[in-house]
Amino acid sequence: MLDVRDLTVQYGRISAVRQISFVVGTGELVAIVGPNGAGKTSTLAAIMGTVPTAAGEVRLDDLVITGSAPEAIVRRGVALVPEGRRIFGSLTVAENLAMGASVRRPGRSVQEDLERAMDRFPALRRCYREAAGRLSGGEQQMLAIARGLMSRPRVLLLDEPSLGLAPLLVEEVFESIVALRQDGVTILLVEQNAHRAVELSDRTYVLRTGQVVASGTADELAGTADLAALYLGVHEAR
Amino acid sequence: MTSFLQNVIDALTAGSYYALFALGIALIFGIMRLVNFAQGELIMAGAYTVYLTQDWPWALIVVATVVVVVALALLMERVAFRPVRGRSAATLLITSFAVSFFLQNLARMVFTTLPKSADITPLFRRSFVIGDLTISWLSVIAVCTTALLMVSLALFLNRTRLGVQMRAAAEDFGMARLCGVPANRVIAIAFAISGVLAGIAGLLLVGQTGSLSVTMGLTPVLFGFTAAVIGGLGSLTGAVLGGYLLGAATVFLQNILPFELGGYRDAFLFAAVFAFMALRPGGLLRAVGLEERV
Repeated sequence: MLDVRDLTVQYGRISAVRQISFVVGTGELVAIVGPNGAGKTSTLAAIMGTVPTAAGEVRLDDLVITGSAPEAIVRRGVALVPEGRRIFGSLTVAENLAMGASVRRPGRSVQEDLERAMDRFPALRRCYREAAGRLSGGEQQMLAIARGLMSRPRVLLLDEPSLGLAPLLVEEVFESIVALRQDGVTILLVEQNAHRAVELSDRTYVLRTGQVVASGTADELAGTADLAALYLGVHEAR
Repeated sequence: MTSFLQNVIDALTAGSYYALFALGIALIFGIMRLVNFAQGELIMAGAYTVYLTQDWPWALIVVATVVVVVALALLMERVAFRPVRGRSAATLLITSFAVSFFLQNLARMVFTTLPKSADITPLFRRSFVIGDLTISWLSVIAVCTTALLMVSLALFLNRTRLGVQMRAAAEDFGMARLCGVPANRVIAIAFAISGVLAGIAGLLLVGQTGSLSVTMGLTPVLFGFTAAVIGGLGSLTGAVLGGYLLGAATVFLQNILPFELGGYRDAFLFAAVFAFMALRPGGLLRAVGLEERV
């Protein structure tokens, strides 16, 4: 489904991402983990077209999407739930969800998806007409995910969905990710909470200083020595 | 009582003009983080369209003015501002100055520097009397037109799909694009709306003074920018509030200043603006998009 090949992202002379390759198959939940500054968010930004790619390409169902504008990439079927949620605080919950469906023609199927989103996240139904800025952090994360789903993406990119949330809410977010996967949504999950991410996902890619340093299923990765070092970057690359 | 009511009417009239100037500036700033000083030249272009079409029926004058100014606003966006989109605030500001001076000088070449006059309809010169109050028809037209434009804009922004997309883009442009909203379309619509506002402003200004010059856009843009900043730059409600506050302050100063200082009214006005900004640097309403995001 999503095929990233030899992707390189550069900011000036600094390479944030160096020739990384990975695939996300239809219906899969794939995780990218790694310490701060490993290039996780840059990878997602390159897929979405919000930063230019220096080399390599991103394919969605064998069509190259690299170099397209973000709005065109959304239209093609990739949606991002960004780090920090970035919900529209001055808009109502209803308007935020409508924004998520910007690429679709308004109509019955959008309406059905709205209902589905609110069944999935009941808090959103309760505050449907309220300003989204007044929701709690956890509710805002639910809204951000629901907004991402409203475009009916073929691949949903989740950037640090658990960041800054209380432990109880973190668990809730992970549960909803599992539920999404069970519903057949293809997901690329970026997480600092590596242990949980590895547990939940079909495959995990471990990123450090812009490179894939390990990959595989939870079992395969468990066999790798020095796991904590890989996840957390305890030993800095020299 | 009568003089109080008269002052209220004057303040509302002046405030309507300022709100109209401020809205155009706040709208573009909200979406693009660009303070468009060339908004003044859009107003000037509107006034010259009125001058060229003054023999037409007034309804056609209005249509022609709005069409010409909207077209110019869109052209301005496409040619000058699109290439520098997303650049630093300084780059955008300099570009807007460049566009402003270019259009001023272009107008100077076409229309020469001689001030022109235009007379659209005798209605603009008439007034009516209620009790001891003298109200000019132009005041009524200015207040009502501005109110109508503001209500339409509010309905558009709150009730339509496109309007919601524009509000979202004003808060977080990048995220709006990540929801699939085309950047070019949203910005073009913002410029088109600012063109409508500037066209109407130009028309009302010609109606008010009967004269026009190539530099006539400078004062409106300065007052509009000031009103937008007082209101909280980027907030549309703030811009309107700022406009009416500035209008009220103008009339208030007119009244309390001794006759010999009356000519320096704007000096006192802007001193008050300085004081206000020192006390409340964010303006009356802080725009959401400008807050730091965590």
